[in-house]
Amino acid sequence: MSEKRPIISTGGRGPAAGGARRTLPMPARYAINAIVVLVLLVLGELMIDGGAINRYQSTVLEQVGIYIILAVSLNIATGYLGQLPLGHAGFMSMGAYGCSIFIIRVSEFLGVGARDFVTGTPMALLLVISGLVVGGLCAAIAGVIIGIPALRLKGDYLAIITLAFAEIIRVVMLNIDDVLGFELTGGAAGLTGIPGFSSFLLVFGCVAVVCFLIHTMMKSRHGRAILAIRDNEIAAEATGVNTTYYKTLAFVVSAFFAGVAGGLYAGCVGVLQPAVFGFMKSIEILVMVVLGGMGSMLGSAISATVLTILPEALRAFSEYRMIAYAVVLIIVMIFRPQGLLGSYDFSLSRIVERIMNRDFPWKKGDAPADAAEGKEVSADAER
Amino acid sequence: MFENVSRRQFVTGTAATLMGLGLVGCGGNGGGESAEGGDASGAIKVGIMGPHTGDNSSYGLACLNGAQLYFKQLNADGGVNGKQVEPVVYDEKGDATEAVNAYNRLVQEDGVTGIVGDVTTGPTIAVAKASVADNMPCVTPSATAADVVTYGSNYFRACVTDPEQGRVMANFAVERGYKSVATLYLNGSDYSEGVNAAFCEEAEAAGITITAQESYAEGDVDFNSQLTNIIGTNPDAILVPNYYQDDGMIVTQARAQGYDKVFLGVDGWSGIYGGSENYADAADLHDCYYCCAFSSSNESEIATKFVSDYEAEYGETPTNFCALGYDAAMVLANGLAAAEEAGLEPGSEDYKQAVIDGIADGTVEGVTGSIAYEGSGDPVKSSLIITFAEDGAEETFEVLEA
Repeated sequence: MSEKRPIISTGGRGPAAGGARRTLPMPARYAINAIVVLVLLVLGELMIDGGAINRYQSTVLEQVGIYIILAVSLNIATGYLGQLPLGHAGFMSMGAYGCSIFIIRVSEFLGVGARDFVTGTPMALLLVISGLVVGGLCAAIAGVIIGIPALRLKGDYLAIITLAFAEIIRVVMLNIDDVLGFELTGGAAGLTGIPGFSSFLLVFGCVAVVCFLIHTMMKSRHGRAILAIRDNEIAAEATGVNTTYYKTLAFVVSAFFAGVAGGLYAGCVGVLQPAVFGFMKSIEILVMVVLGGMGSMLGSAISATVLTILPEALRAFSEYRMIAYAVVLIIVMIFRPQGLLGSYDFSLSRIVERIMNRDFPWKKGDAPADAAEGKEVSADAER
Repeated sequence: MFENVSRRQFVTGTAATLMGLGLVGCGGNGGGESAEGGDASGAIKVGIMGPHTGDNSSYGLACLNGAQLYFKQLNADGGVNGKQVEPVVYDEKGDATEAVNAYNRLVQEDGVTGIVGDVTTGPTIAVAKASVADNMPCVTPSATAADVVTYGSNYFRACVTDPEQGRVMANFAVERGYKSVATLYLNGSDYSEGVNAAFCEEAEAAGITITAQESYAEGDVDFNSQLTNIIGTNPDAILVPNYYQDDGMIVTQARAQGYDKVFLGVDGWSGIYGGSENYADAADLHDCYYCCAFSSSNESEIATKFVSDYEAEYGETPTNFCALGYDAAMVLANGLAAAEEAGLEPGSEDYKQAVIDGIADGTVEGVTGSIAYEGSGDPVKSSLIITFAEDGAEETFEVLEA
């Protein structure tokens, strides 16, 4: 947050030197990205079906996907809005509990068995998707409740109030059964009986949709307003941006996607205990965002991937693996204090355009003007 | 060409390389180990998992020590059917996600034929759900939640559930001829409430009158009003199914009010006297009986041998959890022996089913009593009834056979 560089430029590159620059029309850009995402999903699913990826690896991949959603959604509030919320695990738990309670109750009502979730009948799929939306909405409501009072504060104060709110959520989950007098969350013993509905396709389908939605939001008028608030709140207000509205909006969207990730987490693990969603979970997610580079969607995704796989890949070293995790963090923070990617973001269509224009990084001299420029350019693709 | 590489390109390249290396490392791991899985060297691989770091590590490490001691002794005696047992140990930090990962890794990469674990309830449920699809034989030393053994026939536990302890004490009360019993339990604790409910149900069915059921809240230190009510109903015994700090205060206050009859308790009483601190006066602990799985005071041959072996190996007195870990390993080894006798191929579906059947049909003489499974994953096992000598030392009053 110390650096106030624009992350997403307007895309206008000024009058391009050297005549007409060939560009891709927007529908073509979306089509290219959609095809790439589909190919990757199908490829992954084929590798799992074919046995090239065993269940251990595919479960870890599901967790990678869940953490990508969490990191990318927290990135809205930290990287794009420029605040420092420490309560992401709270929203995640709202989503996880909301989604699983909804699915358990409704599947009982509709007579959908646990078996249907594994085989993926249309009814079960519909139930899962609506469950994820319900989970997201629960988290979003929590986001509104905390966002309106909390966003009057800045910096450390906001960090503390969000931290406290996440703890409140956790304690409520722990004790609400006694207050209500019937079983809702299962208290400290945990919520059980959640069908295992998460799969590689579902998780990475959600990753793609979430990244797409966040990307398009940030490219829209609303996203620009959020960036303007981060860069200078007073200036943004002076130019007519409704800062309260947009701050709350960013916060709530961030909470919503954390809730979706929480729902996927519930389906992946199958049991929820409030203790899981403690303070350290929030920090873990924040570390991913900071490590990847605040404001970089690709950075969040990469660091979520690395930090989820690292402890698993080092499992053979048992006790030392947590040290390795910490050492990686320290080294990155010393040598790349702005995060792995800073605020750079990846754009597939930009690469395609460069190829179309034969504008390669190593052709320094004869490239069009903006290529040599060290300026970070916009994110056109979702990943 | 390299002097033209900008810092940004360098960083991007480095990041991409690192990520690639990470993925390759992960993939490489998988390929190498799963290929050889099973018993290339003739050893039988079993998994041990539990929280070995973090908040619950005291339980996890105790179970781990017990289980490892058993496998060590088993290997020294020639192993199972002449094959050595090779434990693979994974820590899951008390986290359900990590537990599922550790489980999948044990099964898919290490090719284990059975698992001792998990230890605490939440992660164990997650593992139990994941293990049903593999029909992987698992024995949890200590997870008491009813759900754990309900997902499939492959999950067993070495300990008894909380309600089961209530029933044991109810049977003990019947046996001792108490006609009326009152209870004092901790409100909001699934342990205390679970024992209380099961005790009352079983006792009333056996013709004992429950004269009063009083409760208190977490953190209470004054129990006089509840005790006055209870003593007013003049029961033969009072059931106090709580942990030792509360039990000590309740016993002391009741004796001060002049109650000199019987107290009944469950395994939370373990440590009330003679541990790091005494929670009640030795003089007040007369006529107190509680049930538990293991006590170092038990003078049966197998238990004393376990205590001395454990002390020789680790230099400390074993707790209840150490004994349960030891027994869980014993139960699993019993299943493995059955499968080996049938001459099946390790790693095959038949082998796993044979291990499960072996556990389900077999009976083992564990240090926490004899353990048998009669058609469910819950053990039918003997319990110890512990009482206190005049100097407060624990004594094994009797062994209740299942």
